Order: sequence, then C-alpha cells, then structure tokens
Amino acid sequence: MPHEQASPGGDGGRTTGTGGDEERIAALRRGDEDAFRTLVSEHGPFLMRLALMHVPSRAIAEEVVQDTWLAALNGIDRFEGRSSLRTWLASILLNKARTLGRRERRVLPFSFLARRRAEGRDEPAVDPDRFQSARDQQPGAWARPPIEWDSPEERLSSDEARRVLLEAIADLPPRQREVITLRDISGVSAAETCNALGLTETNQRVLLHRARSKVRAALERHFEAEEIST
Amino acid sequence: MTQVQIPEMSCRELVELVTDYLDGALAAGDVARLEDHLDGCDGCRAYLEQMRDTIAALGHLPPESLSPEAKEKLMAAFAAWREER
Repeated sequence: MPHEQASPGGDGGRTTGTGGDEERIAALRRGDEDAFRTLVSEHGPFLMRLALMHVPSRAIAEEVVQDTWLAALNGIDRFEGRSSLRTWLASILLNKARTLGRRERRVLPFSFLARRRAEGRDEPAVDPDRFQSARDQQPGAWARPPIEWDSPEERLSSDEARRVLLEAIADLPPRQREVITLRDISGVSAAETCNALGLTETNQRVLLHRARSKVRAALERHFEAEEIST
Repeated sequence: MTQVQIPEMSCRELVELVTDYLDGALAAGDVARLEDHLDGCDGCRAYLEQMRDTIAALGHLPPESLSPEAKEKLMAAFAAWREER
C-alpha cells in the first residue's frame, strides 16, 4: 500500500475533484454496497485504461484492477483524503503494475530493458537532423519543418491512427508512459500526477514532454507514410 | 541605459519548451520570446498545432471498461470484504 502524499495543491484537472469523495468513503467504511458500485462505475473505466497501458493483456489488466480495489478496501481506514480518491487508486494500481513488471522482467524482450535504461537520458523532442546545423545559414532553424495536419480531428480518430498512438505509448519507457497516461489520456492535473507518482513538478513535465514528443513523431511518420501511399 | 540583448529563440529551442508553455510553467520573458518566434515561423506554428492535436487525440480515446464477469467478481469480493469487517 503506497503512502498517501500531501497534495502540492493547485488542482485544475477535469478528474481530480475531491468533492463527494468524503461522503462516498464514509459510506464505504459502513459497508454500503451501492456506494461501492457507484465508485466502481465512476473510477472503473479510468483504472481499466490505466491498467491496459501498463500490462501486457486484458486478462492481466482486469486482475490488476480487481487487486487495486481490494487493496483500496483493505486500506480504506487509512485513507485520509489528502489526495483525491482517484489519485490514490491510481498510485495503488501503478505500484501493482510495476511489481508485475519486475517479476516478469526475465521474460521481457531486450528492447524493453533498453527503453528502461534510456529513460533518464537527455532525449531531444525532435530528431536533430530536422534542424539546420552549425554550417548552415540559420543554425537551429527548421531544415525540414513540420506541416500542419489536414482535418486532424477526423484523421486522429481513425482506428489506424489510434493503433499508432497506443503503440507509441507502449514503446515509451515506464515513467514516461505513466505520466502521459495520467495527464493526457485520463486528464489528471499536473499536481495530482506528481502526487500519484512521487515526482517533482519539473520532472513530471520533462517526462510528459518527452512522451508527447515521441507520440507526435510517431503520428507524423504515420501520416507521411499515408500520404506517400495514396 | 543599455538593455541586455536576449537572443532570439531558435526552432530547435522552441520545440523543447512546448509542454512548459502549454502548462503555463514558462517565465513571462520566455513566453514573450516564444510567442514572438511563433509569429514569424510557420514551421513552429505547425509543430505547436501538431502537439495540440496529439494531446487532444490522447484525451479522446474510447473509454475502457471491466467485463461484466470481472464486475461480478468484484462485487463478490466486496461482499466477502464486508463480511470480514
């Protein structure tokens, strides 16, 4: 059971409000089944998404979600409401996913370990070859600039684009994947994300930026390939 | 009175600051330099748009849910937990 951490405050995310949590937790402590059912339908989809992003199969994800709820029930008397219930559940779930990852490390492909090692390294957001070099006219300016995507909303909601997106996230080092899942997929605020993962604000933003940059690059490659083939 | 000349932001520098910019974590001076740069650079405007599109797409993934069987198992686990309490 992870320790609950004090919230750095300034919560502005769309999913982080603690409003209503208190009442529901009191009901849960009384053993109110309806309160539990409500919580499961409120946070279940969020937890399932989070689990799916961090374990190799749907069956394992369901198990991790189940274990998370059980750990939360068993720890409910220790929950003090300093973070939102959702953040607390997320940190329990991610701890379980990490333990699972460590246990399965022996069978993980080499590329996964290489990614884990790459996590701390300084990675540029964009391939340095895209910029002019010191010998060019304008060092640091685009050599091959990005081009705005046509009707992005439509193209990005295609099954194909979603597959590219999910694969790009699966390819990320674990910490980057945790941050982008919470922030961008689940809409958790920066402050609550720091809280759930035990990160400083700066560290959280660096991880998020690297993750987003790689997902953008994967989408750009996908759209460019599409254009060549049509 | 001489003013310190702050060098213009390069494209290469700008792409590293996008998340700080979108999160409101940039110092006011850097925001001004970044926005000045955007005014005159199609490539960086396109880059920022692509990042915004990416973030929006991440936020619009279809929701996931537990299977009915898993939900049933969970409610059974709740009942067992309540018994023991």
